[in-house]
Amino acid sequence: MAKAQTAPLRPDKSFQDLILVLQQYWASLGCVLLQPYDMEVGAGTFHPATALRALGPRPWNAAYVQPSRRPADGRYGENPNRLQHYYQYQVILKPSPPDIQDLYLNSLYAIGIDPKNHDIRFVEDDWESPTLGAWGLGWEVWCDGMEVSQFTYFQQVGGFDCDPVSGELTYGLERLAMYCQGADNVFDLNFNGGEGAKRVTYADVFLQAEQEYSRYNFEYADTDRLLTHFRDAEAECRALLEAGDRGEGKRHECVLPAYDQCIKASHIFNLLDARGVISVTERQAYILRVRDLTKACCTAWLRTQAGGAP
Amino acid sequence: MSELLLELFSEEIPAGMQARAGEYLQRLVCDGLKAAGIDFGEARNFAGPRRLTLVVDGLPDKSPDVSDERKGPRVGAPDKAIEGFLRGAGLKSVDEAEVVTDEKKGDFYVARIEKKGRATSDVIAELVPAAIRQFPWAKSQRWGAGRLRWVRPLHSILCVLGGRTVAFDVDGIASGNETRGHRFMAPGAFGVKDFADYEEKLRKAHVILDGRERQKIILKGARAAAKKASLELVEDDALLAEAAGLVERPVVLMGTFDEAFLDVPPEVIITAIRKHQKCFSLRQPSSPSPLTGEGRGGGDPVKTRGGESGLSAKLPPTPDPSPPGGGGALANRFILVSNLIAQDGGKAITQGNERVVRARLSDAKFFWDQDRKVKLEDRLPELEGIIFHEKLGTQAERVERLKGLARELAPIVGADPDKAERAAQLCKADLVTDMVGEFPDLQGLMGKYYALDQGEDASVAAAIEEHYRPQGPNDAVPKDPVSIAVALADKLDILVGFWAIDEKPTGSKDPYALRRAALGVIRIVLENELRFPLLQTAHIIYPRHKELVILAVGGQMVIREKIEAIFSEAGKSPEEIVDGDVETFIHTEYWAVVGLLRVFLIERLKVYLRDRGTRHDLIDAVISDDSDDLLMIVSRVEALGKFLGTDDGANLLAGVKRAANILRIEEKKEKRSFTGEVDPELFEQDEEKALAKAIGEAARAAEAAVEKEDFEAAMAAMAKLRSPVDAFFDNVTVNADDPKLRENRLKLLNRIREATLSVADFSKIGG
Repeated sequence: MAKAQTAPLRPDKSFQDLILVLQQYWASLGCVLLQPYDMEVGAGTFHPATALRALGPRPWNAAYVQPSRRPADGRYGENPNRLQHYYQYQVILKPSPPDIQDLYLNSLYAIGIDPKNHDIRFVEDDWESPTLGAWGLGWEVWCDGMEVSQFTYFQQVGGFDCDPVSGELTYGLERLAMYCQGADNVFDLNFNGGEGAKRVTYADVFLQAEQEYSRYNFEYADTDRLLTHFRDAEAECRALLEAGDRGEGKRHECVLPAYDQCIKASHIFNLLDARGVISVTERQAYILRVRDLTKACCTAWLRTQAGGAP
Repeated sequence: MSELLLELFSEEIPAGMQARAGEYLQRLVCDGLKAAGIDFGEARNFAGPRRLTLVVDGLPDKSPDVSDERKGPRVGAPDKAIEGFLRGAGLKSVDEAEVVTDEKKGDFYVARIEKKGRATSDVIAELVPAAIRQFPWAKSQRWGAGRLRWVRPLHSILCVLGGRTVAFDVDGIASGNETRGHRFMAPGAFGVKDFADYEEKLRKAHVILDGRERQKIILKGARAAAKKASLELVEDDALLAEAAGLVERPVVLMGTFDEAFLDVPPEVIITAIRKHQKCFSLRQPSSPSPLTGEGRGGGDPVKTRGGESGLSAKLPPTPDPSPPGGGGALANRFILVSNLIAQDGGKAITQGNERVVRARLSDAKFFWDQDRKVKLEDRLPELEGIIFHEKLGTQAERVERLKGLARELAPIVGADPDKAERAAQLCKADLVTDMVGEFPDLQGLMGKYYALDQGEDASVAAAIEEHYRPQGPNDAVPKDPVSIAVALADKLDILVGFWAIDEKPTGSKDPYALRRAALGVIRIVLENELRFPLLQTAHIIYPRHKELVILAVGGQMVIREKIEAIFSEAGKSPEEIVDGDVETFIHTEYWAVVGLLRVFLIERLKVYLRDRGTRHDLIDAVISDDSDDLLMIVSRVEALGKFLGTDDGANLLAGVKRAANILRIEEKKEKRSFTGEVDPELFEQDEEKALAKAIGEAARAAEAAVEKEDFEAAMAAMAKLRSPVDAFFDNVTVNADDPKLRENRLKLLNRIREATLSVADFSKIGG
């Protein structure tokens, strides 16, 4: 049997090689490499490995790809820059190390961005997630005027102070790949690095999905049913938190399943929003309902082992 | 004498916060030095992306010795008093105090406290950590496992006094004499001995310390690059300041975009590349301008909420990038500012930026093309989904009111009512276009473009843009009558609405920019010389604003409940309520609101006039409880000011004041007033007769002139009073022995006061 040869990675030619380089890089620094969370989320931050692990005293370093869904950003595959489903590469370092900016810059060098010829800038961008009850300060990182990452020092999640503070790095993978490959249209990205007949593009993989999900998000999704699902998720979340609560001073026993329901409610809200059935005033009310769930989950999380409870 | 050099080196500080942070650092340290009694020479501060720097000259080695004397209780005072004195003065025993003899009070203790001066370096070692901990960042953060807060993680502190490091430690960050150069071009650390050395070494390490110098380099480079391409820079001070705050070593480059994008309105291109990319636009050298007027941007109060105080980080609202003198058409080039002297001369950087600009302009062009497919009036239903304010309804409801208001105001300002109503109908439609969704600064302006595109009348289109104006004290006011009608309708709707729900501005809080709206009304009226009596106007707009008041009170049901409460208090049954009672209630509410609003507008007028150098007391002198005509107030103030500048005016003022003073004293003494007719039979002297005659004539002439709004003539009529008044005071004794005579003379004085009131209340005029 022929021995498998590992070809050198080419992040400038292949979307997946870009991911592999980042995986290798952050693994080499001791991060836990996780796989994507198996639920629909709006951003990598929602992954419990970030949202929950950012709370409590325990150190935590992890990296993972997270498919992210933004139903309202769908454009039926017709816009070169907008997708309702895209990938984020997420790194969380807790506590944020003093050289975190250099660690991040080295990851850019690893994917082939040469700081002698490219203009890398940290441009103020404070982050806030109303549904997570979270905020932080940081930047969007520009490379030659293109936003390639978001860089945030978490200050609060679920209304609780983050202590120690986590540093969160989020790479928009498609955008970064477009930059590396010099593509103007996301659907033209070379996905697998193959040439000629072996070349698989981003369009080959995702164009149909973009079209179908745009129809679903904007036209077909049954809003009454979604509203029911939202209420169900909300009720289930509360029920699970109640069931897992063993009383004052005791550890909480059922946070992660409850948090899943919170993620679910958040995604359903995003779908309802995309369908345009939520008015401006209702919008605020829905966001507050999701935030209440997150806060309840975070409160419970701090009473678990991973949350640092005794 | 030594020099202090202090540098706080951190991760990237938001551009908009840098300049003020430098000032704060200087203030905190200098105040601390002063408080410690340390004199110093010049202090200067510098701020950039990664460092705040302060240099202070002429510092002594130590603070001066201070001796203080504290008086204590007398000898033999109770122990408690003596203990307290010793404690306060920091003495161990009473033996350390001196005894002083006072002839009157006897012997008492005095403590002499000699405070030795402290080494300046010790003072600084305490002062700087305190300054860092109490630094007034508008937003700050923690990092890692530390407790310290700074705008972004703080990495090192350089603190050198007279060539030597001042040693201290702030949450694990030890001070030193080292700093670092440019993040990418010279990242290594190096030591410095003083400011000159520091600045020089930084420059070699590709860091231009002074933000003003970075701005100069950018501006000079951008102008030169433009000139080389036979183009002109669209100058933009706010963008320049921001760009200089994003780089340590500015390098100016020029990029190109596809000429096809120039179909999109120039303001859109300028905004798109400015807002997202922080790039400057370029245009053809001056020739007749396609760019419209000045000052636009975020107008509706709902969008302008939450002006931050303290260190704010945001780019200010789009200033007008078009030049005062106009300029040529926009070019398909732009200026970018990078932070790197690239090995390839900036080729890759330019290409990268071009690609992003292309994507931004593609979006803008897409919005421009898509938006024009839907007529503005077809967008109106979408406004039903935009809440203007919880209690004041949706934008759609606002538009309905504005239509009526603009139509009713049109005749007052000389506008065509149909055009005014049409402009009002369309003026908010662009809020739901994709372009304004992406670039809120372009509201109004896009409405104008889309209106022109769908063939609306030019003044209707202009009014859509201009109805937000004036945005601030320096923004132009609308001049076209249709624009004026809609602009006034928009502002009066906001003002009456917020007054009706009692959300007036208080102190520094004005989240809906109501003062700006009021100033807008004032400037539109005055600068267009409009006769716009507020109360009469309120009467005209009542039918429209009645609905707003109903809305503000909480709807018909609430009104009904309130009336029922009034009825039941009066012991009447709710069945006795008739429609007229409801109408009366609403009418009363409305006029109460209008009354308060009139007072507010008059107050704002005073502020406006005072800011322009008008004498405060003159304004008060011409304003009465029912003044509501802004233009008339101003004309009166002007005429009065002119009159008082003349000899006649100044003397008449003195005479009237003298009369008023005498009257005030006598009225107080006798607890009565001296109003009423003067009896000519009681005149004894010619001066009395002459004055009475002159008052009658002057009053008649002045009133006639005021009636014709000829305030100069009114003043001239008053001027004729001067000599009879002077003659009266010179030759007539007011406080005559005969009480009848005296009363009649006092009444004559009162007539002077009354006659002048038709022109101004002289008693309110100072000096």
